[in-house]
Amino acid sequence: MSAFSLRRLLAVVRKELRQLRRDRLTFAMIVGIPSMQLLLFGYAINLDLRHLDAAVLDQARSYNARELVAELAQSQVFDFRYRLASPAELDALLREGRISAALVIPPDYERRLIERDRPAVQLVVDGSDQVVQQAARQLAAAPVGALVAPLHAATTPGQVEVVNYYNPGRLAPLNSVPGLIGVILTMTMVLFTAIALVRERERGNLEFLIATPLSPLELTLGKVLPFVAIGLVQTTLVLLLGRLIFGVPVRGALWDLYLAALVFIVACLALGIFISTLARSQFQAMQLAFFIFLPQILLSGFMFPFAGMPRPAQWLAEALPLTHFVRLVRGIMLRAAGLADLWPELAALGVFAVLLLALAALRFRKRLD
Amino acid sequence: MNTGRTSAGPMSAEPAGRGRGGGTRAVAIRARGLTRRFGAVVAVDGLDLDVRTGEVYGFLGPNGSGKSTTLRMLCGLLRPSAGEIEVLGHRIPREAEALKRRLGYMTQKFALYDDLAVTENLGFVAAVHGLDRAAAHSRVEELLARYQLTEQRDQLAGTLSGGQKQRLALAAAVLHRPPLLLLDEPTSAVDPQSRRDFWDALFELADAGATLLVSTHYMDEAERCHRLAILDRGRLVAEGSPRDLLDALPGCTFLVEGASPRAAQHALTGAPGVLSTAQIGASLRVLTDRRDATAEALQRQLAEAGLDAAVRATTSNLEDVFVHATRPGREAAA
Repeated sequence: MSAFSLRRLLAVVRKELRQLRRDRLTFAMIVGIPSMQLLLFGYAINLDLRHLDAAVLDQARSYNARELVAELAQSQVFDFRYRLASPAELDALLREGRISAALVIPPDYERRLIERDRPAVQLVVDGSDQVVQQAARQLAAAPVGALVAPLHAATTPGQVEVVNYYNPGRLAPLNSVPGLIGVILTMTMVLFTAIALVRERERGNLEFLIATPLSPLELTLGKVLPFVAIGLVQTTLVLLLGRLIFGVPVRGALWDLYLAALVFIVACLALGIFISTLARSQFQAMQLAFFIFLPQILLSGFMFPFAGMPRPAQWLAEALPLTHFVRLVRGIMLRAAGLADLWPELAALGVFAVLLLALAALRFRKRLD
Repeated sequence: MNTGRTSAGPMSAEPAGRGRGGGTRAVAIRARGLTRRFGAVVAVDGLDLDVRTGEVYGFLGPNGSGKSTTLRMLCGLLRPSAGEIEVLGHRIPREAEALKRRLGYMTQKFALYDDLAVTENLGFVAAVHGLDRAAAHSRVEELLARYQLTEQRDQLAGTLSGGQKQRLALAAAVLHRPPLLLLDEPTSAVDPQSRRDFWDALFELADAGATLLVSTHYMDEAERCHRLAILDRGRLVAEGSPRDLLDALPGCTFLVEGASPRAAQHALTGAPGVLSTAQIGASLRVLTDRRDATAEALQRQLAEAGLDAAVRATTSNLEDVFVHATRPGREAAA
């Protein structure tokens, strides 16, 4: 008796493609999700802040003070919309939320610059918004220091100079597009496979199929294989759009990138299959998929830097496939790294996929009980 | 195909005391002490079953009597909690995979794909059964013609009528020419004309040599079976041909006419010897538990309640058998 039949496998693949072609909504999602997310993350969710509304309280009214304001304005981080006359005005504007930051230049600005016993200027920041706070603080460090230098002749080294290596323009899309490939694949691959498999059971198809020679392996593989192709199409779509709209390059080998994507897709599908063995209904499958999706987005390093997370969160992140894929894809696309450099990440994805497939196979019984 | 076990085996011997009618025929399904528990609920309770090759065997029982559970265990979809099953010579569930090539199973709910066309559904089933392209094509055409689906060939299965879906499901179940067909309430969603047509199709298959096990809760369908088993709360409470079951009915059936059926029902319910009453149009059908119960005795009981009615004996039907057999607290004398 042949345990595995290619003909049966292909029959399932063909059936699945036919159904997919008729399911217009899913079909639209396959293209729609990547496009929408790319635009969303590329334009709207810009973690690198620019054009914050700000005010200046210039009490020094000196050449140097005006110079400082001009310098800061040039960075485009702050739009100095208000020139204030008193600290009371500053408080009011901040409280009303009309500005995110205010630059306070004291009357004795020049003296402070020379004596260096007290801060020369103050940047008052709306601390209720953490992202604003952080961005403002980062910015404050460099330019003010840079302004100190001319006054101090060449005797003051040790200013903090941030040299941005791979993203000199500090463009958000450059950071987010590679990771976005992972986010989109996680979202669609896990969800689609989990739902596709559960649907078969929910609609009663499985009861009929179980009574045929079709094996669980053939059924699962046949249902999942089309999604591998879909995942690769989505990867290509994001790469193309990222290139055309945001000019995101692929500095490493395209071949490496696709190989990494393939392994990641398999890991996602394995996760989807595993979920399908837990869920009793399509709705449950969806809930479970989102339950796993959220930590992946938050902990993978896609949104927040991995290094800044507390230890336990880091351990958890290491167990999530997206974390490894984000490292892989950023390495390949932005640092021109090869899989030879990044093999531990690829291996982690492989282990994850094999482990979950084994778990799913254990749970999947070709019976109804 | 080479499953190591050819049909007969130790089961080919004539089961004791069951020689009536069919002569010595091989047993297609044999189950002993078949039991299935779901947690604390016993869905099937110590069922013994013998289905002979080539017969149309009916499972009659109310919802929840264990019909579907039994069918699922017989084709290896559910593992029995206890008991032994042998189907077409295969020990189930151990040899369920080998059985699957020789078994057609029609589920209670339409189990094909709503979003695939008729021919696509059948083509898929053909491929799953390992037919090559040419063989699949000719078999699908043959089935389309036989089950009057030629006009609907490119229609999505989800848009078919109840009767058409039924025929499509049957076509899919018999596509690989299985010698055994299990059908789980196949006609629960179709109109009477479609039901008759469907049963004609079933007998056509039986004539061609297939064994059929059909579950139903329609009496008229049960009457058409060669033999049938009445299930009640997981137990086999009666078994035999419809004729035998009627003959073995220990009670009598009477028709009460002339009085208000509801008043008569009220007067007779719980009266000694009365098993059940059911209103049929303007009359009341009364099932009694003694052969010697007379129309006069019933009439007297009605008169005591102040009712003037005509009582006459009538021929019992399968529904009476069913009511008698599934009466709570009564062990059938099968």
